[in-house]
Amino acid sequence: MYNTNYHRASSVKDAVATMGKSDDGKFVSGGQTLIPTMKQRLAAPSDLIDLRHVDSMKGIAVKGNQVTIGAGTTHAEVNASKELRKACPSICDLAGHIGDPHVRNMGTIGGSIANNDPAADYPAAMMALGAQIVTDKRTIDADDFFTGMFDTALEEDEIITSVTFTAPAKGAYSKFPNPASRYAMAGVFVSQGDSGVRVAVTGAGSDGVFRHGEMEAALASNWDSSAIAECNIDADDLLSDLHGDNSYRANLVKVMAKRAVEAAG
Amino acid sequence: MSEGIGARVLRKEDKRFITGNGKYTDDVTNHGQCYAAFVRSPHAHANVKSIDKSTAEKMMGVEGVFDGHQLTADGIGNIICGWAVNSKDGSPMNMGAWSALATNKVRYVGDAVAVVIADSPSNAKSAAEAVGVEYEVLSSVTNAAKALENGVEQIHPEAPNNLIFDWEIGEKDPTEVAIAGAAHVTEMTITNNRVSPNPMEPRSAVATFDASEDHYTLYTTSQNPHVARLVLSAFYQVAPEHKLRVIAPDVGGGFGAKIYIYPEEIVCLWASMKTKRSVKWTADRTEAFLTDAHGRDHVSTARMGFDANNKIVGFAVDTIANLGAYMSLFSSSVPTYLYATLLSGQYNIENIHCNVRTVYTNTTPVDAYRGAGRPEACFLIERMMETAARELGVDPAELRRANFVCEFPHQTPVIMAYDSGDFEANLEASMKASDYKGFETRRAEAASRGKLRGIGMSSYIEACGIAPSAAVGSLGAGVGLWESAEVRVNPVGTLEVLTGSHSHGQGHETTFAQLISDRFGLPSDNVQIVHGDTDKVQFGMGTYGSRSGAVGMSAIVKALDKVEAKAKKIAAHMLEADEGDIVIENGEVKVAGTDKTLGWHEVCLGAYTAHNLPEGMEPGLKEGAFYDPSNFTFPAGCYICEVEIDPDTGTVEIVQFVASDDFGTIINPMIVEGQVHGGIAQGVGQALLEEAVYDDNGQLLTGSYMDYTMPRADNLPSYTVSHETTICPGNPLGIKGCGEAGAIGSPPAVINAITNAIGNNDISMPATPSKVWAAIQATQSKQAAE
Repeated sequence: MYNTNYHRASSVKDAVATMGKSDDGKFVSGGQTLIPTMKQRLAAPSDLIDLRHVDSMKGIAVKGNQVTIGAGTTHAEVNASKELRKACPSICDLAGHIGDPHVRNMGTIGGSIANNDPAADYPAAMMALGAQIVTDKRTIDADDFFTGMFDTALEEDEIITSVTFTAPAKGAYSKFPNPASRYAMAGVFVSQGDSGVRVAVTGAGSDGVFRHGEMEAALASNWDSSAIAECNIDADDLLSDLHGDNSYRANLVKVMAKRAVEAAG
Repeated sequence: MSEGIGARVLRKEDKRFITGNGKYTDDVTNHGQCYAAFVRSPHAHANVKSIDKSTAEKMMGVEGVFDGHQLTADGIGNIICGWAVNSKDGSPMNMGAWSALATNKVRYVGDAVAVVIADSPSNAKSAAEAVGVEYEVLSSVTNAAKALENGVEQIHPEAPNNLIFDWEIGEKDPTEVAIAGAAHVTEMTITNNRVSPNPMEPRSAVATFDASEDHYTLYTTSQNPHVARLVLSAFYQVAPEHKLRVIAPDVGGGFGAKIYIYPEEIVCLWASMKTKRSVKWTADRTEAFLTDAHGRDHVSTARMGFDANNKIVGFAVDTIANLGAYMSLFSSSVPTYLYATLLSGQYNIENIHCNVRTVYTNTTPVDAYRGAGRPEACFLIERMMETAARELGVDPAELRRANFVCEFPHQTPVIMAYDSGDFEANLEASMKASDYKGFETRRAEAASRGKLRGIGMSSYIEACGIAPSAAVGSLGAGVGLWESAEVRVNPVGTLEVLTGSHSHGQGHETTFAQLISDRFGLPSDNVQIVHGDTDKVQFGMGTYGSRSGAVGMSAIVKALDKVEAKAKKIAAHMLEADEGDIVIENGEVKVAGTDKTLGWHEVCLGAYTAHNLPEGMEPGLKEGAFYDPSNFTFPAGCYICEVEIDPDTGTVEIVQFVASDDFGTIINPMIVEGQVHGGIAQGVGQALLEEAVYDDNGQLLTGSYMDYTMPRADNLPSYTVSHETTICPGNPLGIKGCGEAGAIGSPPAVINAITNAIGNNDISMPATPSKVWAAIQATQSKQAAE
C-alpha cells in the first residue's frame, strides 16, 4: 500500500470539507473493495476520509411500507433487521448472501452502491425496488444513478447518505455466484408492487446493472415463472469471461429470474 | 491408551498451529533486516534491452539494486533440472539456461529481472517500480502443442522447435499390432488441466550472511532443506555446504511446490552477501500464482484395444507435456518416470507404449504437484476404462474386474513391478459402501426433483516410497532417494529422533513418535521429533512422493533396531542375564520369564554413566541409520463418486464420495484419513474448479482468488473412507504411503460421474458449471436432431 492520509469524519459536512482540501481523496466506508485495491497498489488516494463514524448515516427506519436505510448500514445489519424483514424480506436475504461474514460486517449499502461493481448485488435491488438514492446534495432515482460499470451519477465530493424505497408486495433476489469470487455471475431481483413489475439484472451485463423490459412486461401480465419462458435475453449485451460466455450468462439470467419469481411467490 | 502403531493419537503439533504459535519463515526477524522486492517481467516473452537502476538506487531506504549481469559476474550458477532424461534417439535433453535473474531475455510473466533490497517492504516495492526495464516484446506461446509447430518463436536456443525431449517407454510395434488386431478400440484425446499449487503459506526466505564467519544461514519454505543446501551449494555456487545452514521451520503446506529451489532463495542469499544485511522475501499471493511451479498440463491421445472377451490387449499413448519457460528441478521426471510407468494401472496389460514430448512454453515452470505424473496416468486410464465400458455395453466395475492384476509380484511392461495388492477387495468395498446396486433407484429419485444424477468410478494405483537409489540413478536422477534417521536416547530415557523427512502438514511429530511408543512402550510425549535444520539433522532427502512413511520411518526403524540391540546388551550385562532373554515393553527392560526388571531409564542412565558396561562397549545410546528402499511401494484403491447436476445451470454437487484405499500398514488412522480427505479435496478441485489459464499474450488470467477457484467446504461432501489392507513386503513396517492417493484417484471418479449423469462424454477438467451446461445443451440438441 502507498502512503495515504487518514481522516475520521465526524459529520457529512466535515467529510465534504475534508475532501475539498485533499489532492486526490477518497471516501471510505467499509473499505471492502477500496482497501484490498490499495493493498495491491492499484489505487493510491492521497487521503482516505472515513465515513464509518458519521451517526446520521446509520440505521434502518420502516414506516408502513416506506423504508429508509442509512448509507453507513452494514450488510449484516440489513440482514438482521427484524422490522425491515417484515416489510421487505428480499433485501434482507440479499444482504445475508453478500461476500462472507467479514465483508457483511464491514461493508455498507452506501459503499456498495457508490462503487457500482458490475457484479455487486445491491445495485439490482435498488433498480428493482425503484429506490431513491439520497445524497448530501440531492435525491437520484436508481434508474438514473447507475450509469455504467463502476460508474454512477455521483459527483466527486458527493456522499450517499441513505436510500429510500417503497417495499413491494412481492420481491425476491436470486443469484448464481461466480465459482471463484462468489460475486454474482448473474443476479436477478424481481419485484411487484404499486409501481408495477420491475426486473433488474446484475453480474451479467457488459455495462453493469440493467432492467429487462421484456421480462417486466411478461410478468406484469402474468406473475408466474412460466411467463418469461419465451422472453429473449440478448447475449450480445452480456459479459463473456473464463467463467462463462455470454450465451451461458443469458441462460443464467433467465433461470435466476424464474427462480426469483418462484421465491417471491 | 496405546500410542503405538494403529492408535488415533491426536496431533502434537496442532497445539501450536491452532493457537497461532507456529513459527514460519516469515516469523523470523533479524536485527537490521532488509526486504527484497523483485522486478518482474510483465511480458511473456521479450528481449531485455536495458535496465536502468539509477532512480531506484537513490530512493528512500534502498540498500542495493541488483540485476542478472551482476549475479552472473559473481559466479552464481544457472538453475538446473536434476533429472536427466534422454530422447528416444539417445540424445540428451535440450535444457535451456535459467538465470535466477534474467539477463538478456524474459520467458514468462513473472520472470525476475532485478531485485531491490530496502529497509522496509514498502520502500523495496516502491523502488522496484522505479527500476526502468526496456523490453523488446517477442511473440509468445502458452500451448504446448502449438509451441511445437514450425515457425513458432523459439524460447531457448538450446531447444529447437521448443522440444526438450522426445521420449518413449514400452514396445511400440507389438502394441500397435495388438491394437490393430483388437475386437474393439477405445480412442480418446484427454487434457490434464494446469493447476496452481496454492499452499496456504506463500514461499518465503530469510537469508543472512555473516561476514566475520564467512557463513550463510537461510530460513526457507522447503520440503527438503538438505536438498536445497546441496543444490544451492553444488550447482548455484552460493556457498560451500559447510558454510551454509538451511532451516525449514514450520512450513504451511507444500504439495510439491516447495521441493524446488527457486530464483528468490538464491537471490536473497547472494543479496545478503552484497548488502551485508539479513534479507527477507515473502511472496504475495500474486507472486505465488505467477512463480510457484504449476502442476499437470498434459494433452494425450490414447488408444486402448480389447479382445472379444473384453480383455485389454494393448494401450498406446502419445503425450505432450508443457514444462513452462524453464526446466524446474524435477520437471523432466514427472511426465516420464512418474507418469508413463503407471500406465498399466491396476490392469494386466501385455503391451503398452507411450511417447512423451516435453515442451517449452512462455508459462510458469511446471513440476511435481501432489501426485506428480501419477494423477495424469490415472486420469487417462480410468477415463479410458469408463468410456470403454460404455462403448462395450458392460458394467464399468465388471470391465475393471475382468482386467485386474490378481497375482503378485506382477511385472508390468513399463518398468514397475507391483509387489502386493488386492484390487478386487477395494472395488468390492467401495461398491458396497456406495450401494452401487441401488444407484438406479437414486437416479430416478433425483430425476423426480429435476436433477441429473450420475455415478463414476476410479480404480487407481500409484508408485510411492520414492525410491530405490540405484534404480532412479539408472533412470537419470541426480540424487539418491534414501532417507536417514538418528535416534538419540537421553540419560533419563527420553528420546530425540532426528529425521531427514520434513513435515509441512503431515503430522510427523505425532506419527513418528508412535513408532517409539510401539517399540518401547514409552509415552509419545517422551519423544521429540527434530527435522528441518541442516545443522541438526545429518542429512535427508525430504518429503514428497508419499515417502515419509515408507522411507523416512523405515530409516527410524533401522536406527531403533540398533538402539534396541545396544540397550538389550547393556541390560543383559546389568541383570547378569542372556541378551536373547531380554524384552523391552511398557517402558521396562525385563528378563523373560523372571521377575528381574530394570526401568528403561535405568538402562539409559547406565549407558551414559558407563560405570558398568559390557567389556569394550562405547558409552552412550545414540544410533543412526540410512535406509534405501528396495522397491517402489504401490498404494491402490477404488473411489466411487456420485453427483447431482442442476441442468438449468450446470452446477455439479458431489452427493456421495466413497474411498477404499490400500496403504499397507497404517500408523495413525486419523492422520491417514486426513490425508485422504485433503487429497480428495485437491482432486475434486482439479476436476471441478481449478485451472491456471493464460490469455493469448501469455498473461495469467487466474492470478488471484477472484478468478482461480479453490475448493471450499461447501464444494465437498462428507467422505466415506475405509481401508482394505495388504502389507507392503518391501519395507520393515509394511507401509505403502497415503499422501497423494486422494489427489490421484479422485479426478476420474468425478468426471466419470458427470459424464454418466449428462450422457455426454466430452467434458474437460475443470468441469465448471458453464462447461457442464454447454455439454447438456449439446446432448439435448443431438437428441433433438435424432
